[in-house]
Amino acid sequence: MSDIQEVSVDDLKHLVSDRAVQGETMLLNMGPQHPSTHGVLRLLLELDGETVINCIPDIGFLHTGVEKNMEAKTYQKAEVMSDRLDYMNPVGNNLAYSMAVEKLVDLDVPARAQALRVILAELTRFQSHLVWLGTAALDLAAMSMFLYCFREREYILDIMEMCSGQRMMTTYIRPGGLWRDVPVEFEAAVRDILKTFPKRIDQYEALLTRNPLMLDRTLGIGKLTGEECLNFGVTGPMLRASGVKWDLRKMQPYSGYEQYDFEVPTRPEGDVYARFLVRLEEMRQSLRIIGQALDKLPLGAVRSKNYKFVPPPRSEIGVSMEALIHHFKLWTEGFNAPKGSVYSAVESPRGELGVYLESDGGPKPYRIHWRTPSFDNLQSIPLMAKGVLVADLVAIIGSIDIVLGDVDR
Amino acid sequence: MPMDKNLQPIIEQLEKEFGLTAREYRGDASLVVPAEKIVPVCQRAQGLGFEMLSVLTAVDYWPEEQPRFHVIYEFTSVSKHLRLEIRVPVPGINPTVPTVSSIYRNANWRERELWDMFGIKALSHPDLRRILMPADWEGHPLRKDYPLGYEEPQFTFNYNEINLRKPYAKE
Repeated sequence: MSDIQEVSVDDLKHLVSDRAVQGETMLLNMGPQHPSTHGVLRLLLELDGETVINCIPDIGFLHTGVEKNMEAKTYQKAEVMSDRLDYMNPVGNNLAYSMAVEKLVDLDVPARAQALRVILAELTRFQSHLVWLGTAALDLAAMSMFLYCFREREYILDIMEMCSGQRMMTTYIRPGGLWRDVPVEFEAAVRDILKTFPKRIDQYEALLTRNPLMLDRTLGIGKLTGEECLNFGVTGPMLRASGVKWDLRKMQPYSGYEQYDFEVPTRPEGDVYARFLVRLEEMRQSLRIIGQALDKLPLGAVRSKNYKFVPPPRSEIGVSMEALIHHFKLWTEGFNAPKGSVYSAVESPRGELGVYLESDGGPKPYRIHWRTPSFDNLQSIPLMAKGVLVADLVAIIGSIDIVLGDVDR
Repeated sequence: MPMDKNLQPIIEQLEKEFGLTAREYRGDASLVVPAEKIVPVCQRAQGLGFEMLSVLTAVDYWPEEQPRFHVIYEFTSVSKHLRLEIRVPVPGINPTVPTVSSIYRNANWRERELWDMFGIKALSHPDLRRILMPADWEGHPLRKDYPLGYEEPQFTFNYNEINLRKPYAKE
């Protein structure tokens, strides 16, 4: 690594049009430090004036080798890496990882833990959508939205901190349940959110939904059809905004989602505006789910009693020799998972977040692969960007709701 | 967890049509497909309603050589709510699989990642460059013989200069 490699047009000849090779159109870098790329995404644009002829995404600037790192740690220790993938959805990542491990070793989760998982995952979905709304609106020059959204997000992060001690990287959901039960203040704090947030969503709608500037920038921009979405593996709100009703919470329910009554919002248009409407409606539905889960929150344990895989509580270690041995074994050696491989997926705020987990019978994941939704969602950008103006491209990037930590892993 | 009963006939049909063997673990069914059959199997799977390719990755069984890798494909059927896994054994020397990026378009990046992380080449891929690692990176990080715990400083223009000032012995 002594000198910086120069990239010439020859290396990218097969990706751009002939006019670029002749110098008729311009190749322009957008990013990796461009503020509207939400992180470190580099787009190589071939421009004819203001019109985008070709868009070549270049990713990997945030590649941290999460998969390789996780393969070198025991199942419990590897979990902290999962928060760091998609830093807008840490609880959802924990949930995906824990569910994969539970499937691999066949571990049951108590009902209270399942309901709390749903509440926390939906709160995280809400805060992720708030960040998306704030930043996507900021890209469209709606400055105040960013401030409102981050004000609301603080309330949710406060709840995360109340439960786990951490605002973002919680590692609160563990294989077999939760780290510990929620504190007594939890319910009141969530009820507070349920009371105030619907009004706040109405305020966002009043600011944006019928705003002519917003409509000008988003209607008919970045269209994707349902078939294109499926062929590109695009999932989540982007898929639903193209008219395909596919939500893993509804279609392949996990963690007790089948008990709750909620709608899966879809729109037929498939443009940036449709994605905006779908996400706003999803925020309302999240509040509905949280309300129902909180109303019938069962009492009881929040961790499985299978001490071969789940550490026994501190209170038992002092009085039970067996618990002490389990504790010692789990935190030194870890537990051995049976040989085999599983795939388990959850609906993250961005789409299908899947974990492919393979065990060779040892205490570490032999192979863990994260199927991250942003990776596939971002891959469809050359299709959406063809023929749009550069300013529209900014709106399209905003509408994908990319998290580069999720793309690059 | 038993296998989905709607998946059973599809597995049997693919088994019979292509002469494959299926295996099951905790309700996840997977078919072992030789590399040369992966393109027709993918076309058939798409025809059977598996519209989406969810995962394309690999597992390295080093130091085993025959086969050293398993390339994993996970398909999702949005219309039938099913999942199907396909495993393609690949040898350690000159590992290749045919590209499926003309059938499932998101395989394009996923096969680039496969090349980048495992050094498994997708034959006749339209744009096989590294995707996550820098273009001039040596080695394929997710292989099991690739060491963990050593980090090369990236993006430093004066690496040699810094290296000279370091106190430890150099070769």
